[in-house]
Amino acid sequence: FHPVLLLQVENVKLLDRYANRKAATGTLYLTATHLIYVDASAEVRKETWILHHHISSVEKLPLTTAGYPLLIHCKNFHVAHFVIGQERDCHDVFTSLLKLSQPVKPEELYAFSYNPKMSKENREMGWKLIDLKLDYQRMGIPNDYWEITDINKDYEVCSTYPPEIVVPRAATKAVVMGSSRFRSRGRIPVLSYLYKENNAALCRCSQPLAGFSARCLEDEQMLQAIREANPGSPFMYVVDTRPKLNAMANRAAGKGYENEDNYENIRFKFIGIENIHVMRSSLQKLLEVCEMKSPSMSDFLTGLENSGWLRHIKAVMDAGVFLAKAVREERASVLVHCSDGWDRTAQVCSLAGLLLDPFYRTFKGFMVLIEKEWIAMGHKFSHRCGHLDGDPKEVSPVFTQFVECVWQLMQQFPCSFEFNERFLLEIHDHVYSCQFGNFLGTCHKEREELRIFEKTHSLWPFLLQRKQELRNPLYRGFTAYKELQPNTLPFSFQFWCGMYNRFDKGMHPKQCVLDQLLSCMSQKVTLEDNASELENKLPFLDGPVPSEGCSSPKAEAAAAKAPTPPQDFGQGAAPVLSNGPSLG
Amino acid sequence: MEFAELIKTPRADNVMLHRPFHPAVEGTLCLTGHHLIFSSRRQDNAEELWLLHSNIDSIEKRFVGSLGTIIIKCKDLRIIQLDIPGMEECLNIASSIEALSTLDSVTLMYPFFYRPMFEVLEDGWSSFLLEQEFELLSSVTNEWRLSCVNKEFSVCPSYPPVVIVPKCVDDEALRKVALFRHGGRFPVLSYYHKKNGMAMMRSSQPLTGTNGRRCKEDEKLINATLRSGRRGFVIDTRPLNVAQQARAKGGGFEQEVHYPQWRRIHKYIERFNILQESFIKLVEACNDQSHNMDRWLSKLEASNWLTHIKELLTAACLAAQCIDREGASVLVHGSEGTDSTLQVTSLAQIILDPRCRTIRGFEALVVREWLQAGHPFQQRCAQSAYSNSKQKWEAPVFLLFLECVWQIHRQFPCSFEFNEQFLIMLFEHAYASQFGTFLGNNENERAKLKLPQKTMSLWSWVNRPEELSRFQNPLYEANSLVIWPSVAPQSLQLWEGVFLRWNRPSRFLEEAEEERINIIKYNKELQAKVNALRRQLAEMEADEETQEEP
Repeated sequence: FHPVLLLQVENVKLLDRYANRKAATGTLYLTATHLIYVDASAEVRKETWILHHHISSVEKLPLTTAGYPLLIHCKNFHVAHFVIGQERDCHDVFTSLLKLSQPVKPEELYAFSYNPKMSKENREMGWKLIDLKLDYQRMGIPNDYWEITDINKDYEVCSTYPPEIVVPRAATKAVVMGSSRFRSRGRIPVLSYLYKENNAALCRCSQPLAGFSARCLEDEQMLQAIREANPGSPFMYVVDTRPKLNAMANRAAGKGYENEDNYENIRFKFIGIENIHVMRSSLQKLLEVCEMKSPSMSDFLTGLENSGWLRHIKAVMDAGVFLAKAVREERASVLVHCSDGWDRTAQVCSLAGLLLDPFYRTFKGFMVLIEKEWIAMGHKFSHRCGHLDGDPKEVSPVFTQFVECVWQLMQQFPCSFEFNERFLLEIHDHVYSCQFGNFLGTCHKEREELRIFEKTHSLWPFLLQRKQELRNPLYRGFTAYKELQPNTLPFSFQFWCGMYNRFDKGMHPKQCVLDQLLSCMSQKVTLEDNASELENKLPFLDGPVPSEGCSSPKAEAAAAKAPTPPQDFGQGAAPVLSNGPSLG
Repeated sequence: MEFAELIKTPRADNVMLHRPFHPAVEGTLCLTGHHLIFSSRRQDNAEELWLLHSNIDSIEKRFVGSLGTIIIKCKDLRIIQLDIPGMEECLNIASSIEALSTLDSVTLMYPFFYRPMFEVLEDGWSSFLLEQEFELLSSVTNEWRLSCVNKEFSVCPSYPPVVIVPKCVDDEALRKVALFRHGGRFPVLSYYHKKNGMAMMRSSQPLTGTNGRRCKEDEKLINATLRSGRRGFVIDTRPLNVAQQARAKGGGFEQEVHYPQWRRIHKYIERFNILQESFIKLVEACNDQSHNMDRWLSKLEASNWLTHIKELLTAACLAAQCIDREGASVLVHGSEGTDSTLQVTSLAQIILDPRCRTIRGFEALVVREWLQAGHPFQQRCAQSAYSNSKQKWEAPVFLLFLECVWQIHRQFPCSFEFNEQFLIMLFEHAYASQFGTFLGNNENERAKLKLPQKTMSLWSWVNRPEELSRFQNPLYEANSLVIWPSVAPQSLQLWEGVFLRWNRPSRFLEEAEEERINIIKYNKELQAKVNALRRQLAEMEADEETQEEP
């Protein structure tokens, strides 16, 4: 590699957190983008790369006999414990990393300098890979009830929404504008997902500025329009994903929640998902548990419980399940919000989509889902992930929780996702890496101002290129399963070692079933090629064909599908996947 | 005794069967001497449930009007509910089940009545003889011999008739050593590590008592396993203070003065009632359908089950490490040497010996280290997690062993020839079975009961090709290495296949397993086909050449 070298320190030790193995000794390099450690003591050259943007904290620990320790925590849960011989060197590395890991200006982010040597056309094509309009078309929109409108093209309705939004046809411009004045930050109710089978819609917004008694006719009309866009149902749900107490406290600040008396035929419901601050401290506690040196089983389980992490994951999952069920079984439209409607609302809407629609469980669909519910709808990635030096209280693992919910679903439904765990980890890495433009800024308007579409690359084409290693060999195809009904009893949730102790290889299974199956999949292709090639060389072959079971290449093509048989399961309507009772 | 006397109502109609995650089914209930049989009367999709009475751990009855409800909790942890119309019928059936599931005479158990519907290809009772084991051993070392000192079970009632001991120790000495060890369980060979010639022995505690009694023959016996100038390790599965207290009751531990070449390590492993309580608590937690995460995690923690798993794996790793890494011989014992000792020695072999990770090898291990070694299965597995009666001999010692194997299996999914189902099957049969294998507490009792003559062996059934195919791990690739599991809490998981088996639907996990099997099977078929084509092509080319040559 020939990056610009900023600093080079020899005789640096890298401690292994768990094994009592001898610490590695080697050289530490700082480049403009990475910290690179090259282990000189290993027989084969071993490199550890840490992206500056991934660093969440750098600490100098008290001097030990071995030297000056430097502890680095990363946002992807990598923890590196270096020991540096000279105090001077240690200090230099420390101050450089502090600066490099907390850029002040957006232009300093990696995405603006990342150059994968790609043509301008391909880069632009990359940004066009995901087209949200196509997804709405897939849902049948525009239709009699819903339309895609560019009413927000100048961000007059809402500065954190994209220019194009989906609203009921019945909602006039006056209604939209009126409603926007009554919703926190103008985040009016818009469509997130339309369940084509029964016209029930999943919509999202922010909290109403209701205070103790305020009302807004246009907002009431807006909700009525949403309800009436689903003529099959006499009512609609309005779901506030906050704990009731939090929502009530907001009333004092002139915000709050919908008064059932003011809106016609709504059923109002709280789902207690905690706020970003609770989630941040919960993750902190979880990580402390993960980092404990040789904890007892009791220490670990008690720590896991006290962190509350799995409780929060379950709460998010329960909410997703509630929404999907309301739409599918009760055939009712649902309007979801939290406070601003960009954290918890994004989590539960995207999860509900994933449960309802198998498309979102494919590579492409999952990208669409993230672009739609998270990026376009203004989840503040930049703040939540701490891309820039800023308010630490804005940082929160909201997206991490969503990714974990998807992983938990994969555990229950191993054959229903096109991608594997590594795809999730890859996305999670890049949400923090700032290497691609997708997750920069806080909303569409800001990304336009940053000119990310002109100056940076989109992540998705890069991931699609690596489909072979990111695919799920057990996937049974798009039509095999329709809705997922996960079991949300507490014991259905597992601690995700592959995420939170991902870099502690010693803790993971020593043999990887996924690798094994993936190599089978690639072998299969070679073997099939070999077989047909050989058969072509035996043109005058008569007598019995070898190896019973797979006879001729044609008949064998059918057999070939036996292991990966979407067609075996695709006949007729796909069954509903129920995995036991869940909290209603 | 006639079973008919115990069955006042042999049949009831219009019974509703409720099981978790299954729709309720209406049908007919029949009681026989050994089974509870339920069959739905639906013509289209007839369903039958056969439940061994000996699989029933506890039953509860309730009445609402004249509709009686019986809740049956099984030793395999499943819970079913039967609604039986008619109070008298229900009462009769409940009392019959109660009586039939708690027969106190072993010879009334089902294995004595079971007649197999399959052809016996290989009699499992003679599939795993210690003599065969010794033959294998003799091909690599001549330091050991077979001793028949216990052929009448007179030296040690809980040992098998033949054991393997150091060659230089004669039977006379063994008799003396037996008097010095609890229950006569003198040190015998458990495992020989071919790689470096180190041995793992097991025994019970030495009877040193308070005045530090010693036994020269005992010292000589275990020293015989040491290389000159090398030390060995005694792994005592009790904490030091418990071992010290044992002296007051005539027990004790190897003292440094008399065993200067041995280093003693105390690695505490929980026993009996503590394990049973832990088992009961865990199962209770798993059956608690409350929706609260905190409650679940705190109950899981409070059960201590995973703590036992971690401790057990740690102890097994320690023993394996002494042998493989330190190149030292090891003696393992606790008090009696029939429980924690066997857990440690058998798990260490799973880690060290690739043969134990094959189906046959694992069966041999269970026979050698559990059945022949005198683990009191009948006492330990008399009741499972739902028993209300406080009997003091029950303990899930074997289940813990199986779960540890499962944990290692999870970490090395390609190193075992068998799959999870195989382990679950062994758990089930240890608690209730049509086979005689797990009856009795030791070989002595089994001989007296004439089990080999009167009952069928589990292995006769399992080792039939059609059964074996259900238990094969598609990912298996023989691996000759020592496999070191991680014992970090993050690496250990609840064994869902046993503890959540009846509490969650398994369809999607089964489909995944099916998919894995298909992928691998198809690849193997393809590979075979390519090989066959290659061969054929080569033959054709050879033919052409010979035709061209003349």
